[in-house]
Amino acid sequence: MDILTALFMVTGCLAMLIAAIGIVRMPDLFTRMHAASKVGTVGVSCVVLAAATHFAELSVVAPVLLTIVFFLATAPVAAHMVGRAAYGTGVRMWEGTVIDEWKRRSGNPPVKPPEP
Amino acid sequence: MIRTLASALALYSIWLLLSGMFVPFLLAAGFCCAIAIKLFSRRLNAIAEETEVLELNWVKLVAYYPWLIKETVLAAWDVSKRILNPRLPISPALVEFAPSQKTDLGLVIHANSITLTPGTISVEVEHGRFLVHALTEEGALSLAGSEMDRRCAELEVV
Repeated sequence: MDILTALFMVTGCLAMLIAAIGIVRMPDLFTRMHAASKVGTVGVSCVVLAAATHFAELSVVAPVLLTIVFFLATAPVAAHMVGRAAYGTGVRMWEGTVIDEWKRRSGNPPVKPPEP
Repeated sequence: MIRTLASALALYSIWLLLSGMFVPFLLAAGFCCAIAIKLFSRRLNAIAEETEVLELNWVKLVAYYPWLIKETVLAAWDVSKRILNPRLPISPALVEFAPSQKTDLGLVIHANSITLTPGTISVEVEHGRFLVHALTEEGALSLAGSEMDRRCAELEVV
């Protein structure tokens, strides 16, 4: 059980470290969000799971599972809204972006496409 | 009314699970909180359209989440490798595609799953079209007609 706890703890912390490195390395807001919200999801889940395996009793495990469920349900909503607001207000995308389908089609987007 | 009571009961059971202390005062406080939350959300009109809430294929939903977690872990591994790669092999893409879900709930679950999976974020969600930002071109082009799309459509009860 201790090995499992250590494994979860180390995995979670590594995931968060990689997320932090990703935020520094990525070129624009959208790619940074990929690094932050995603690897962060795994990081948080692993760290709280470590708490669950360490204590291994109902009063800890139940809140841990609920935390993960609510985190999985709500974290994407926040990420979606940040991305939507950024695209809607025309946050500039990295010049290495290969496809931007809404910029090409005129008249289609209800939101203002980012400036070239 | 039945739905309101059922979700108030669900809220109450979450309270019980999280508190873990069965003292009369806390039991009563939790009950009052559950009722108050339902009343407030009714005033906010948040539960006005709750007709869809239970119309899901629950058996498939139970099978769906372990699959989604597996996909999330695999994709997180892929994104981590790209972050740590000195050449930073990313090709960000913003693509539109047509999801095959019909109900609001199905669309929400699909969009939520897309955002949850590392490397893709749903930017705009409407009936019949999703705008998705992906970290790699391959990830963006594999979205239409993906296994996730199929599985989310199977969750719906039409």
